[in-house]
Amino acid sequence: MTAPAQVIRTPHRPIPWGKILAWAALGLLLFVTLFPFYWMLRTAFTFPTAAFKNTSSLLPVQATLINLQRVLGMIDVETAVKLGGTGQSINFLMALRNSIIVSVLIVAGQIAFCAMAAYAFARLHFPFRNQIFAIYIAALMVPAIVMTIPNFILVRTLGGLNTFAGIVAPTILMTPFAVFFLRQFFLGINREVEEAALIDGASIPVVFFRVVLPMTVPALTTLAVITFISSWNNYMWPLIIGNKENVRVLTVALGVFRSQTPQGAPDWTGLMAGTTLAIIPTFILFMVAGRKILDSIQFTGFK
Amino acid sequence: MTVQATAIPKLAAVSEPKRRWRPRETAFALLFILPSLIGFTVFYAIPAVRGVFISFTNWDLLTPAKSVGLANYAKLLQDPNFWNSLKVTVYYVLLNIPLQTVLAMVIAVMMSRLTKSIIIRAMIILPWLMPGVVVGLLWLWLLDPTIGIVNVALRAIGVGTIPFLNLPKYAMPSIAMINIWQYVGYTALLIFAGLQSIPGSVYEAASIDGASEMQMFRRVTVPLLRPVLVFVLVTSIIGSFQIFDTIAITTKGGPVNATKVLNWYIYEQAFNRFNMGYATAISMVLFLILIFISLMQMRLMRAGESDM
Repeated sequence: MTAPAQVIRTPHRPIPWGKILAWAALGLLLFVTLFPFYWMLRTAFTFPTAAFKNTSSLLPVQATLINLQRVLGMIDVETAVKLGGTGQSINFLMALRNSIIVSVLIVAGQIAFCAMAAYAFARLHFPFRNQIFAIYIAALMVPAIVMTIPNFILVRTLGGLNTFAGIVAPTILMTPFAVFFLRQFFLGINREVEEAALIDGASIPVVFFRVVLPMTVPALTTLAVITFISSWNNYMWPLIIGNKENVRVLTVALGVFRSQTPQGAPDWTGLMAGTTLAIIPTFILFMVAGRKILDSIQFTGFK
Repeated sequence: MTVQATAIPKLAAVSEPKRRWRPRETAFALLFILPSLIGFTVFYAIPAVRGVFISFTNWDLLTPAKSVGLANYAKLLQDPNFWNSLKVTVYYVLLNIPLQTVLAMVIAVMMSRLTKSIIIRAMIILPWLMPGVVVGLLWLWLLDPTIGIVNVALRAIGVGTIPFLNLPKYAMPSIAMINIWQYVGYTALLIFAGLQSIPGSVYEAASIDGASEMQMFRRVTVPLLRPVLVFVLVTSIIGSFQIFDTIAITTKGGPVNATKVLNWYIYEQAFNRFNMGYATAISMVLFLILIFISLMQMRLMRAGESDM
C-alpha cells in the first residue's frame, strides 16, 4: 500500500546530493586508509623476481608463500638468493620471540605495579600523596628524548646493553600515563563495597586484591592492550639498547633489514612479508579488543 | 576527557577533610606506590635532572666528562645544522598540523552525520595502531620512484614520476603526508568523541531559530568543541615536534638534510657521534620549546572552558 505513495512522492523530494557526496568522501577515506595494507599483503605474497616485472597487477603476481618462509628462516640463504631475495640471512622468528618477551614483560610489570600505585593515589591516605601524583603528571610533558640519553648512559653503566632487562627497565615499573589512567577508574568505582569489607575487618591488601581488582578487570584489560601495542611499536629505545640479534625486537629487525640491501634495490617482497608478520599480533588484539581501544580514545587521548 | 584537563580538577576532588594518618594505611600505601616511585625516580626524575648536568659537559662516553660550562649552548647558536634542524622541524609541524586537524575535523563531522558504525571507526584508526617503522616501510614501498604503485599510477594517468622521498623539496611534504595518513583517523575520533558530547537540543534550538548548516557549524559546533580542539592541537603539535620513527626508516634526515628534524639530529649526535653533552643540550632546547607550547595551551584551555 505504501509503495505507490512513495513513487508518487519521490519527484518532489530533492536528491540528497550532500549526503551522496559525503558518503563518497567517506568511501575515498576508507580506500586511502586501507589500500596500503592491501598492497602490503599483495606484495608479501608476490614472487620475489616478479615484483620488479609486473608492478601494477592488483593481485599477487605468481602468488607464493616463499617470502614468509624466507623471513621466518625456513629457506636457507642460497635458495633464497636463487629465488630473488637478498643474500642476507634474516630471522624474524627470533625477532618475533624477542618482541613478545619484551612486550609481555612490560605489560605484566606495568599493570601490576601501576594498579597498586593508582589504588593508593585514589583511595589511601599518605603524606604528599597529591604532590607526588602531580609530579607524575608533570612528567607527561617532558619529551622522551630528554630522558632517553641519560637512561642510555645509566643502562650502559650497569651493563644492560643488549639485554632484555635493559630494554624493559624504563617502562616495566611505571609510566605516568598508566598510573593516571587506572587512578581515573578507581576514582569512578563505588566506595561502599570496599568500606563494608574494611568494616568487616579485611586488611587493605585483601580489599585491594579480592574486592577492587576483580571489579577493575575491564580497565586493566584495556590498559594491557594499549600498553602491549605501544611497547610492540616502540623503536628508538630498543634500537639504542638492544641491537644484537639475540635481543633485537621486530621494529629494530625491520630497520636493519631495510638498510641492508646487498643487491642494490631493497628486497620489497621480503620487507612486506616482514611487516605483515609484525602487525599480525596488533591485528589479532584489535579484532578481540577493538571496542576497548575505541572506548579508551573517548576516555583519554593516549600516546 | 583529556590528560591535562581532568588531572587538575580530580586532584582537588580527592582531598577530603583532613584526618589523622592511620599508620597501617600509610604503611600499605607506601608499599603500594614503592615500585612506581622507584621507576619514576630512576628513569624519569633523575635522568631529567642529570640531563641538565650532562648538557654542561663534553662527555663522549670514552673519556671522563669534563665540565665546559655553557659551551654546548654557545656552540648550538653557531651551528648551522642546529638552525637547519629547527627550521625543518617547524616546517614539518606547519605542513602536518593544519592539514591534519582540518581533515580530522571534516571526517569527524561527516561521521557524526552519516554513521556511528563501530566498524568504520575501527578501520579509520587502524594506521594509528601500527608501528611507525611499519608505516615508514610501507610508504617507502608505495612511493618508490620506479616500481612503487603510486608512481606506477601517476605515470599511467600521465602525471609522470614524482621522486617523493628522494628530492629535497618533496621529501618533507611526503613525510608530512605519511604521518597525516597515520594520525588523521585517530585525531578525527578524538574530535568525534567531543562532538558526541554536544547535546542535540542545542542544534534543535538553533534550527528552530532558522540557523543554516554553516551557521550551526560556526556558531555552535566550533565554540562548544574548543576545549577538545585545543587538546587535540596541542598534543599533536607536541607529538609532531618529536617525529622520529618515520624519518629514521625512510629518509634518515636526507636528502641533503631536508628532513633532518631535531629529534633525528639529537639521535645522530648522541648515538652515532657520541657527543652526549651536545646532544643533551639540543634536547633541552626542544624541551623548552614544548614547555612554551604547553603553557600556551593552558591559557587557551582556560579561555575554552567558559563556552559551555
